[in-house]
Amino acid sequence: MVIFNGPDVVFVLASLLKAMAVAGVVLVMVPGSVTAERRLSAWMQDRRGPNRVGIPFTNIRIFGLGQGLADAMKFLLKEQFVPASVNKLYFNLAPILAMVPALVTVSVIPFAPGFDLRPIATWLATPLHLDGATIQAFRISGVVADLDIGLLFVFAIISLSVYGIVLAGWSSNSKYPFLGGIRSSAQIISYEIAMGASVVPIFLVTQQLNLGKIVEYQVAHGWLALPHLAGGWIGILTGLALSFSFVVFLVASFAETNRLPFDMPEAETELVGGYHTEYSGMRFALFFLGEYAAMVSASAIMVTLFLGGWSLPFPWFNGLPMPDSLYGVALPSFLAGLALPWWFGFISIGVFLGKILVFIGFFIVIRWTLPRFKYDQLMNLGWKVFIPLSFLNIFVVAALVLLKR
Amino acid sequence: MALILARPELNLWERLYLPSILGGLFITLRHMVETILLRVFPRKRTGPRSLMEMSSTGLMSMQYPEEKWPMPEGYRGAPVLVMDEGGREKCVSCQLCEFICPPRAIRITPGFLPGEDVHANVEKKPRAFDIDMLRCIYCGMCEEVCPEEAIFLKKEEPIFVGTSRQAMVRDKQELYRLGGVMVRPIKKWDGK
Repeated sequence: MVIFNGPDVVFVLASLLKAMAVAGVVLVMVPGSVTAERRLSAWMQDRRGPNRVGIPFTNIRIFGLGQGLADAMKFLLKEQFVPASVNKLYFNLAPILAMVPALVTVSVIPFAPGFDLRPIATWLATPLHLDGATIQAFRISGVVADLDIGLLFVFAIISLSVYGIVLAGWSSNSKYPFLGGIRSSAQIISYEIAMGASVVPIFLVTQQLNLGKIVEYQVAHGWLALPHLAGGWIGILTGLALSFSFVVFLVASFAETNRLPFDMPEAETELVGGYHTEYSGMRFALFFLGEYAAMVSASAIMVTLFLGGWSLPFPWFNGLPMPDSLYGVALPSFLAGLALPWWFGFISIGVFLGKILVFIGFFIVIRWTLPRFKYDQLMNLGWKVFIPLSFLNIFVVAALVLLKR
Repeated sequence: MALILARPELNLWERLYLPSILGGLFITLRHMVETILLRVFPRKRTGPRSLMEMSSTGLMSMQYPEEKWPMPEGYRGAPVLVMDEGGREKCVSCQLCEFICPPRAIRITPGFLPGEDVHANVEKKPRAFDIDMLRCIYCGMCEEVCPEEAIFLKKEEPIFVGTSRQAMVRDKQELYRLGGVMVRPIKKWDGK
């Protein structure tokens, strides 16, 4: 067996494995969050929600967790009706464009500090005839694509998602989808400005574009969304400015993913179904699931940028030794300098997923709490409040960074 | 007369908007926690008579086939035939219900009681009594017109499952099984 030899082979195999695992997790989380949405909304309205469907062909109900599977089967088996008046090419292209960007963005998101598998590789070196360079390559990064322009790549891909909706609205050749498409393009483009402006302070503070490096900065200096106690009044003010960035980014990501209170493109009470009125079967399901996949990836981005990614506030859980002080608070002597074994870093995947789940829960709770904005209110909020405030925020943070020097 | 209400002046805290969102979130989360607690520790909700009171756990939704709404008095469900306390078929196949039935759902084939029967003086009973549940409109005319108090509209809600038209026709045996025994004060045929 010399197939595994060579650092490049190890890199390709590991990347394939990671890509498949990440895509698999996202695709499992999508129907999962649909089911979660139905159950949570039911609980918030004093109902039970779907609790019957369990394991197929048995009477075992696992709290209705099989509902996602049943919904997926239903969508697959439904007729895929294509109206005669549509533009066939773009009509078929639009659902794909709605789903793909959400799946692509997660590829640059670091989900773990990295897996140091060299001990295992050394153990396997004799039976597999591995050489030294190959063993060194078994130090695998915790991200599918370690891009140095990570955040810019994320923004480039996110802005593609508007094409799916606009094409769906236009190619349907029908007035409600058309209105939904117009609204969506206006909404997404205007909130993208606020979103982009709200992450500039992160560049200023961390001086990084690589998402993995941003997470490492947060491991060292504390989460960006939380107010800081360290660094004197400059540090505290910077922390507050970054918290404000987080709020702007959070609201803008609601608008980007077309979730209530900003689900103007769908607005079923005004526009029937909005841009997906003419769609049925699996094509509709792709739009529907694309919305949830966008939710998952938006949560992942927010967690990575502002809430420390895969890390917990305790360096202990990140495989690092505990420092002497945390957020400016001195630690007791029995905790300071304590270290955990290297494999404890694997738990960070669970931490990352847990943070994403909390965010998805937040998306769901917000949806069932707030009513929809009026279109002019949405535009006022975007252009007159968030964009000026986030630009102001950039200047404030820039001044603070200068003062700190 | 149009009533002009002054718009309330919002202070800065209210105009910030985010505190109000948090207030709304608090309400929905409280409902969520209450519902989950009710699922873990089922109890009836106190308060005014409501739909919640009827369900076993106090939740708005009812586990339908397992638990059902209590039907109000006089609810017109599916028509069924009843016997008296002695097990005698009360129907004497006068066919009044068959004639009055607006959608013609009832079909009766009259038959004679044999001479040696205890109730031979009643003379007639149905040989076949079919109700087509696809035609029945639950109007209750049959119950009103029956001189023998033999046909009743059951209080339970009608649930039918059938894969063919024939399967949706209820025959005499099925109707008596569903109706069972009904004791009424007037014993018309006793001692005759």
